Amino acid sequence: MKKNGSIQERAVLAEAQGVRISRMVIYSPDIATKARAGQFIVLMCSEDGERIPLTIVSHDALKGTITVIFQEAGLTTAFLGRLVTGDALYALVGPLGTPTEIERYGKVIVIGGGVGIAEAYPVAKAYKEAGNRLSVIIGARTKGLLILVDELKSVADELHVTTDDGSFGRKGFVTDVLKELIAKDTYHIVYTVGPIPMMRAVSSVTKAAGIKTLVSLNALMVDATGMCGSCRVTVDGKTKFSCIDGPEFDGHLVDWEELDKRNKIYVTQEAHVCNLKRIQGL
Amino acid sequence: MTTQPTHIQELGAEERIRSFSEVIQGYAEKEALLEAQRCLQCKNPTCIAGCPVGIDIKKFIFQITQKDYAGAYITIRQKNNFPSICGRVCPAEYQCRKACVLTKKGSPYASEQAILIHFLERFVGDYGITHALKIPAASQNRLHGQKVAVVGSGPAGLCCAGELARRGVKVVMFEGLHKTGGVLRYGIPAFRLPRDILDGEIDYLKNLGVEIKPNFIVGNMKSLHELQQEGYAAIFLGLGAGTPSFLKVKGENLCNVYSANEFLTRVNLMSAYKFPESHTPVNIGTHIVVIGGGNTAMDAARCALRLQEMNGIPCDTTVVYRRTEIEMPARRLEIAHAREEGVRFKFLVQPKGFQGDEKGFVKSMQCLQCELGEPDSSGRRRPVAIQGSGFELASDVAIIAIGLQANQLLTRVTPQITVDAYGDITVDPLTMETSMKGVFAGGDIVGGEGTVIEAMGMAKKASEAIIRFLSNR
Ligand SMILES: Cc1cc2nc3c(=O)[nH]c(=O)nc-3n(C[C@H](O)[C@H](O)[C@H](O)COP(=O)(O)OP(=O)(O)OC[C@H]3O[C@@H](n4cnc5c(N)ncnc54)[C@H](O)[C@@H]3O)c2cc1C
Ligand SMILES: Cc1cc2nc3c(=O)[nH]c(=O)nc-3n(C[C@H](O)[C@H](O)[C@H](O)COP(=O)(O)OP(=O)(O)OC[C@H]3O[C@@H](n4cnc5c(N)ncnc54)[C@H](O)[C@@H]3O)c2cc1C
Ligand code: SF4
Ligand code: SF4
Ligand code: FES
Repeated sequence: MKKNGSIQERAVLAEAQGVRISRMVIYSPDIATKARAGQFIVLMCSEDGERIPLTIVSHDALKGTITVIFQEAGLTTAFLGRLVTGDALYALVGPLGTPTEIERYGKVIVIGGGVGIAEAYPVAKAYKEAGNRLSVIIGARTKGLLILVDELKSVADELHVTTDDGSFGRKGFVTDVLKELIAKDTYHIVYTVGPIPMMRAVSSVTKAAGIKTLVSLNALMVDATGMCGSCRVTVDGKTKFSCIDGPEFDGHLVDWEELDKRNKIYVTQEAHVCNLKRIQGL
Repeated sequence: MTTQPTHIQELGAEERIRSFSEVIQGYAEKEALLEAQRCLQCKNPTCIAGCPVGIDIKKFIFQITQKDYAGAYITIRQKNNFPSICGRVCPAEYQCRKACVLTKKGSPYASEQAILIHFLERFVGDYGITHALKIPAASQNRLHGQKVAVVGSGPAGLCCAGELARRGVKVVMFEGLHKTGGVLRYGIPAFRLPRDILDGEIDYLKNLGVEIKPNFIVGNMKSLHELQQEGYAAIFLGLGAGTPSFLKVKGENLCNVYSANEFLTRVNLMSAYKFPESHTPVNIGTHIVVIGGGNTAMDAARCALRLQEMNGIPCDTTVVYRRTEIEMPARRLEIAHAREEGVRFKFLVQPKGFQGDEKGFVKSMQCLQCELGEPDSSGRRRPVAIQGSGFELASDVAIIAIGLQANQLLTRVTPQITVDAYGDITVDPLTMETSMKGVFAGGDIVGGEGTVIEAMGMAKKASEAIIRFLSNR
């Protein structure tokens, strides 16, 4: 019998400039049945491990599997990147977070940056299925780090790709494309996920244009069940817990400065662990 | 008969702050006998009414004096499933000991002279564990084949699961976190409740046939309705009060301002004190300030101080409380232990805000001096800030321990369950049944923040109602 939390598949999706992004299919029938766009899971690799959140990129209720896509950022994601088919996670819980509100808004722009492209995919797909006209803008540092281009092409009415170095698509940032799109046409909602500076830049463009914007925040989490407040963010002057009140919030109301700083609380410790990791040859 | 309370062995303060080893070593047989003999065996044992579950204290103490420890164990276990846990964490000085005739009338908590009931209970509980004593199973045929879901594995869930399993009911216990125990695991540190004691009690449940499903959030993974459809004849909710309150003051979201729950969860559940062998980090400051006066504040402060000591940082941890020591809701022993260990206290001080550095890390806390005014609804005198008394306290880690509210993970997605203005579940006080038929609740999710034994008391009441409910189906 397949074990809950066992790895069915793992493959490297993209690798360039010292960054590696992998895709992993995990067996978990209960989560696969319940997952909805915008939700995430928390997993642990070992009993001593950290609890880390990852977005549910897709789910297959029939096979009882979910797919996550992750960038190796530190110790836990590096461990994950070493798992092979048949290995099992120590812990897996979900689906967590409030699902994205999917409606027929009209014209929608979904923007993903870096590994955020993977996180944007399920939401893009759900918007499309709800009958929206879907424009997708994705951006990465370089061609080798672009992911899910074909998948997004097949759900989007139009797909725009940017790379920082111009190695694929257009040279520049996702906001360059966004500005052009909204100058030419009317859009009803913008959804974005990716690095904080990108989400922040997108929000400032759409705020000036008065377009409702949802952002999926990546605050640091521990339990992800609303029990600790590690993930707290300020939205419209009020403290919210990303894990249960979010992870999606109105991008125009987020205190980005605070989020950016709070996400760097443990940089010193993480650097320390990363050194250990190098010693261990991970 | 001696009149002085029997001293209990403890690790010395200097030694204990270097680790998370248990502070109180417990009574040896000789000491337990001495303490038990102090009991007056009152004709009217007032102590019993002080225990939220009504343990026959007089009887079990008598059994100790007769060296009938197994009998004492059975006596306690009739009312309390986890004597080794309660004997360690029960705030006896506000409960049974306060009601003991040896406590002076009108004192806010037990007098020193009152019998050390919790220490005796711990002695008996530990005797039960080391001698693998079993409580006779009271399996009832007509309950066989019935399945009950217990949601949450804190004291309430553990107690309810044990009671039902003992009667022959098939119990599945769901827990959202990766480990069971609720606050006993993530909140209360190992130096107060060693993990082998907790694990032992949970293993006992497993031996009774309780199936444990960690990493399972009821509501997210399955709704209550779905559980009912899967054949769970009744459901017990022991969801706890897991949501930390914040002060709502300026600068509260600065880096290194923690809720006590976050700090304790990192340290206890995620073993951050072993970082980097365990991978969850926690920041340890040079000037740690803990805000609050309850057990949570004491636990946070004592963990923080240990982390400083263990990391070669000169100990500097201060508890800031807006009332005075008398009003502190924490267990008296915890306050005394914290002080012995070097935790400092500042009373009548109220936080007004936090100041950060350019990187967004907290560097100081603005405070106001208070004085005590008129009593509030809780009967305690209300702290009133003194105008113009503002001052600053250096603080590079601040831990907020000002209270916890209902865990609403499940209730927010289950409108059929009625909650009150605080988010606590409303129940029929006689049966602990919620507004949803066949769904019962107990512990902190019903009464708000309480004690371990109160949670167990409610769970026990609910388990009896569940048995009746199952029998009448
Ligand atoms: C709701 C949610 C969904 C997420 N979904 C995905 C996903 O689908 N794919 C994916 O690759 N990542 C996702 N993340 C981010 C992911 O959780 C972190 O990359 C991961 O926790 C890093 O763990 P680590 O131990 O490998 O790295 P660490 O050693 O903990 O950190 C390494 C570096 O990554 C940064 N980092 C750590 N945690 C986060 C975080 N939460 N957000 C941003 N940077 C962080 C640190 O500041 C540090 O510089 C998500 C985060 C949240 C909150
Ligand atoms: C730091 C601290 C120290 C304390 N010290 C003492 C003390 O010394 N003495 C004392 O008597 N009391 C003490 N208390 C209070 C005592 O711990 C609580 O009253 C008691 O734990 C309440 O038990 P409970 O079972 O109701 O809830 P909890 O112990 O909170 O357990 C609830 C459990 O339910 C789980 N859960 C919630 N929702 C779901 C869901 N939807 N699905 C699955 N699982 C779910 C949670 O993850 C949690 O594990 C302390 C509390 C704290 C926080
Ligand atoms: S359970 Fe607590 S209140 Fe009851 S007798 Fe034991 S120590 Fe006292
Ligand atoms: S009231 Fe005190 S002295 Fe009397 S029986 Fe109870 S514990 Fe013993
Ligand atoms: S991660 Fe703990 S409350 Fe959100």
